[in-house]
Amino acid sequence: MAAVEMEQPEEALDAKITGRGVNVFYGPKQAIFDVDIDIKEHQVTAFIGPSGCGKSTFLRCLNRMNDTIDICRVEGDIRIEGHDIYGKSVDVVQLRTRVGMVFQKPNPFPKSIYENVAYGPRIHGMVQNKAALDEVVEKSLIRAGLFDEIKDRLDQPGTGISGGQQQRLCIARAIAINPEVILMDEPCSALDPIATAKIEELIDDLRAQYTIVIVTHNMQQAARVSQKTAFFHLGELVEFDDTEQIFTNPSEERTQDYITGRFG
Amino acid sequence: MTLTFLILVLIGLSALGFYIGRGRALNTVSGRVGDLHSLPSHYGFYVALWCGIPSLLIVAAWLILQPQLVEALVIADLPSAYRNLPASEFGLLLNDIRNLASGNVVSREADEALLAAAARLNRAHAIGSGAMWVVAIAAGIAGLTLARRWIAPQLRARNSVERTLLIILVISSTIAILTTVGIVLSLAFESVRFFAKVPLNEFLFGIQWSPQTAIRSDQVGASGSFGAIPLFTGTLLITLIAMLVAVPIGLMSAIYLSEYAVPRVRAVVKPLLEILAGVPTVVYGFFAAITVAPFIRGTGESLGLDVASESALAAGLVMGLMIIPFVSSLSDDVISAVPQSLREGSYGLGATQSETIKRVILPAALPGIIAAVLLAVSRAIGETMIVVMAAGLAANLTANPLEAVTTVTVQIVTLLVGDQEFDSAKTLAAFALGLVLFLITLSLNVVALRVVRRYREIYE
Repeated sequence: MAAVEMEQPEEALDAKITGRGVNVFYGPKQAIFDVDIDIKEHQVTAFIGPSGCGKSTFLRCLNRMNDTIDICRVEGDIRIEGHDIYGKSVDVVQLRTRVGMVFQKPNPFPKSIYENVAYGPRIHGMVQNKAALDEVVEKSLIRAGLFDEIKDRLDQPGTGISGGQQQRLCIARAIAINPEVILMDEPCSALDPIATAKIEELIDDLRAQYTIVIVTHNMQQAARVSQKTAFFHLGELVEFDDTEQIFTNPSEERTQDYITGRFG
Repeated sequence: MTLTFLILVLIGLSALGFYIGRGRALNTVSGRVGDLHSLPSHYGFYVALWCGIPSLLIVAAWLILQPQLVEALVIADLPSAYRNLPASEFGLLLNDIRNLASGNVVSREADEALLAAAARLNRAHAIGSGAMWVVAIAAGIAGLTLARRWIAPQLRARNSVERTLLIILVISSTIAILTTVGIVLSLAFESVRFFAKVPLNEFLFGIQWSPQTAIRSDQVGASGSFGAIPLFTGTLLITLIAMLVAVPIGLMSAIYLSEYAVPRVRAVVKPLLEILAGVPTVVYGFFAAITVAPFIRGTGESLGLDVASESALAAGLVMGLMIIPFVSSLSDDVISAVPQSLREGSYGLGATQSETIKRVILPAALPGIIAAVLLAVSRAIGETMIVVMAAGLAANLTANPLEAVTTVTVQIVTLLVGDQEFDSAKTLAAFALGLVLFLITLSLNVVALRVVRRYREIYE
């Protein structure tokens, strides 16, 4: 990862992820307009906004997931710890081991629970033997708060557990490769309130070790789990501030309208 | 006044019934559609069905029964000298009467009684056809009038029409199923006759196949031998070679098409691959016989190998080429059906494209791929034209792909081609072979369909 070092913008000194002048296009249509953002380490940053506002699109830029969409084009500058992740020398596979992702719908592989968690460590050759792999799997499941519930059936299919358990399995799968950043794209939108509460608790626990960016439709959720909140509207970053500030005293009228439920 | 014309008239009458029924329904409520139980067109179809179905059924029944009734009448009027003839001669006589009636050449001197019988036959047929016209049209009009009279705002025309449609659909599918049953039964009955001549275990487990039986019992090879093992091993050998060609190539091209190819390439390559499926098998056959087999023999000779000019290898290779599109197109479908979320999940963990394919997509698609391969196998086993042209006729029991082998389908063709008597073991053997072949491909298809169904349940 020999990215070309460039002079860093001053305000980004303590930021884990910085975005400058980010534009995203789907074919001729522009989805993200000139977004500047600084995401701090060991914080939960929430992206909120109405449907189609570009918050998921922007999230997917942070681990270059948009590369899998042929017509998608990203302009501007996104850096993680100062390294341009869209630089020519960047290996997208290595980037994604540093920036894990949890998706909207739980998507466990059609393999056993154990194999789901072991998937990442295996493909990256992170462990030398079975005992070490067992340990990584167990640790990840414990950290995802799932181990006690499923420890007797690690060999059963990951698709056979409940939706909330599947989502925590996906989180365990993501943290098994020890990323620095975890991106979560509406991780609770397919779950019931109890499973949602468990995931939210988990997010708060994980903050100590990882930098977390979460996209959510649910404003209460953003208020509960995040320290910073970014409000997106029509592809623009309207306001980005401390969560408390956004929800109590937003400086933009559009933010005010959205959080009070006037649109969206 | 032909039958086609009568049917057209009845259809026209039904169409008229549709308009009458619809108009009548609207009249009864003076145009307020809301007061009707069903839509006006349902009343139209109601009348049309009542007009068309009974009359067409009458025509069908009439066509089946008339010739028998008419002939019974004619026979009853024949002089007793003719009536008391033995059955086979009596059949010939009836044939002559029919030929005489339609003005064809007859096999005997036409005497008075025969001419009279022929004339009666013609007259009876003319009367019968006329009566059919009258009765069918009367039935149509009666159905139309009655159904029109039954129309009332509270008549549940929609329910009746829907139920009638359902019955018609059920009858159609029953015909398809009955055809299958008929094919199986005809195979089974002939096979039973065969097994009366040749014991079942000799057929299934014998290793000597030589179906030519001499005409006189004191000649060499008077009994023939019907051990089918060499045929089935030959079929399996050629199928195996075909699958060794088709599965890797088909699967890999499916992976390329569904995972790597950009839409523009895919739009060109996929139809090109499917052209392979459109080539008539007889063309593959002479490609195998004229191009591939000599090439293999030439190559083998230059390597010092002894290759038969109709080797199993040549037939199997070309059959494999033919099956590639099956494997690739079915596998392409199942690979594309693997949810995008699984791919993203794998990419999100830093897996490369080939790791994702190998560890996530192929395992997820495996049941579907297995089903595709099984369908391709049953297709290969039943394939006839390529092996008729490119595989040999000698029933060698061998696993050497360079030798000539024969297959079940080739033997069925050779047993039935030309003038054959249908009561010798030689001819009946074809039906026994066909039955076994059918059972094998049927069970393969059933297994494949089950596998596919289980696969579908996972992603719904």
